Amino acid sequence: MTLPALGWQGLVVLATFGISLLIATYCTYFERVWAAFFQDRVGPDRAGPFGLLQPLADAVKLFTKEEFFPAGANRALFIFGPCLAMVTALMSSAVIPFGNFLKFGDTIVHLQGIEINVGMLYVFGVVALGVYGIMIGGWASNNKFSLLGAIRAASQNISYELAMGLALIAVLMMSGTLSLREITLQQSVAGEWHFWNIVRQPLGFVIFLVCAFAETNRTPFDLPECETELIGGYHTEYSSMKMGLYLFAEYVNVFVATAVMSVLYFGGFNYPFQYEFLDFLTTKTGLSADWAHNIFVLMGVVAMFTKIFIGIFFFMWVRWTLPRFRYDQLMRLGWTILIPLAIFNILLTGGLITFGVIK
Amino acid sequence: MESLSKRAKVLEKKPMSFAERAYLPAIFQGLSITMQHFFRAATKKQVTIRYPEEVRPFSPVFRGLHVLKRDEVGRERCTACGLCAVACPAEAITMVAGERKKGEEGLYREEKYAVSYEINMLRCIFCGLCEEACPKAAVYLQADKMAPPRFERDEFIYGKDRLVEPVTPDNRSKRGIQLTPEQADKLRSQLA
Repeated sequence: MTLPALGWQGLVVLATFGISLLIATYCTYFERVWAAFFQDRVGPDRAGPFGLLQPLADAVKLFTKEEFFPAGANRALFIFGPCLAMVTALMSSAVIPFGNFLKFGDTIVHLQGIEINVGMLYVFGVVALGVYGIMIGGWASNNKFSLLGAIRAASQNISYELAMGLALIAVLMMSGTLSLREITLQQSVAGEWHFWNIVRQPLGFVIFLVCAFAETNRTPFDLPECETELIGGYHTEYSSMKMGLYLFAEYVNVFVATAVMSVLYFGGFNYPFQYEFLDFLTTKTGLSADWAHNIFVLMGVVAMFTKIFIGIFFFMWVRWTLPRFRYDQLMRLGWTILIPLAIFNILLTGGLITFGVIK
Repeated sequence: MESLSKRAKVLEKKPMSFAERAYLPAIFQGLSITMQHFFRAATKKQVTIRYPEEVRPFSPVFRGLHVLKRDEVGRERCTACGLCAVACPAEAITMVAGERKKGEEGLYREEKYAVSYEINMLRCIFCGLCEEACPKAAVYLQADKMAPPRFERDEFIYGKDRLVEPVTPDNRSKRGIQLTPEQADKLRSQLA
């Protein structure tokens, strides 16, 4: 990789970082607007046109609030907790392929922060680290409710990560690779957009989806912050921007979860009739081969983000529909239903591969 | 025991069917219900009243901020008889009576008038008994105005400067005896 190419890649990493933050920012806005619509209300519409400046107003509020440290709290860890939650949330978006590569003559720019051949493993590792942010923050607050929230977060993440990993193994058995880019490209068998993994792994997808809700601590699995029982759970004692970082990390996690889901099951940056579109661009319009390719790829980026937005909408839709699980129900669902189902899914996939039904 | 109405439902405790135990059908049912609400809120007019721009209409019998009425030529109706102050259960009204001098016939309707007339809005319970007690149809509780919140206690003591309605026919309160169109025209031409 030459130096200019490295510079381009740096730009892509920066853009990924910025987009993650931007999407998380506007998630807070859309969460409220959509919540309002689901409940026949209007939602925030005061700050700017349609209330679009609401996130800015929130940021001003959070930054100017009092920094509060509870008595007897471990100050260093109390600060470290939200930082870790935010850092791990942002790290995981680095390996997600938001598009194929752009071509400018000899320069090739991959629309992916960094391509590593264990991308899926990396995402899992980093997301698993995210629970440390919650645990450390909850423990360092020196508050019973925070500690309970932290314990719940830890046990919930461990239980659901198992089922999630098992659901993923079925995908990996078919793809034979952990690289997210490779998995995406395998779903773009020429002209056949219905070759997306969702068609071949419906059961695995449902398991993965449920576990993704649990991993991001969203309703119906938001027991760690469960305001009716635990006040605010792990962020009870947090105020100001430290609280903001926790809330932000949750939205970044939702973004990453939906991005991973669209890569694994919905063909990532592939879109229906993409090769017909490429064919049309190269033959019918007078564009150079590079530009035809670039437009084709940028459309893929649009497709990727459309999938992500639909995913985020689904997350919020579920949040404003379902009530929270009880703790024992949560554990029972995880250990006695999802894990056996995921194992069954692996057996089923293995059988189908062995008898050559799917490849 | 015989049930009083026939509406009692016998609850059968059946074991849950597989579909019920699988959660998912119920979840999709719930999701479809919220989605209907989503589109209803996004397309139809919401029930929300956007307060500073839109105001929820007051009831016609609402008892709000007091007003001291003027008559058809702009004279104060109040004669400082003190019946409102006697009727007031919260003792919110105080007044000082004075005799009308020569040349003040255009200002006060009766020979005796209120030199000062004060209502303490912190004491007032807005019961409307003053309105009922008034023999001169002078004091009314308006249906479209409330006593606004203030920072200082003494700002809640409303004197004549804030209670007496304006002379101009167009700015008069909608409560109490209203001017006929002819009277209003006459008063308008007098003022001009």
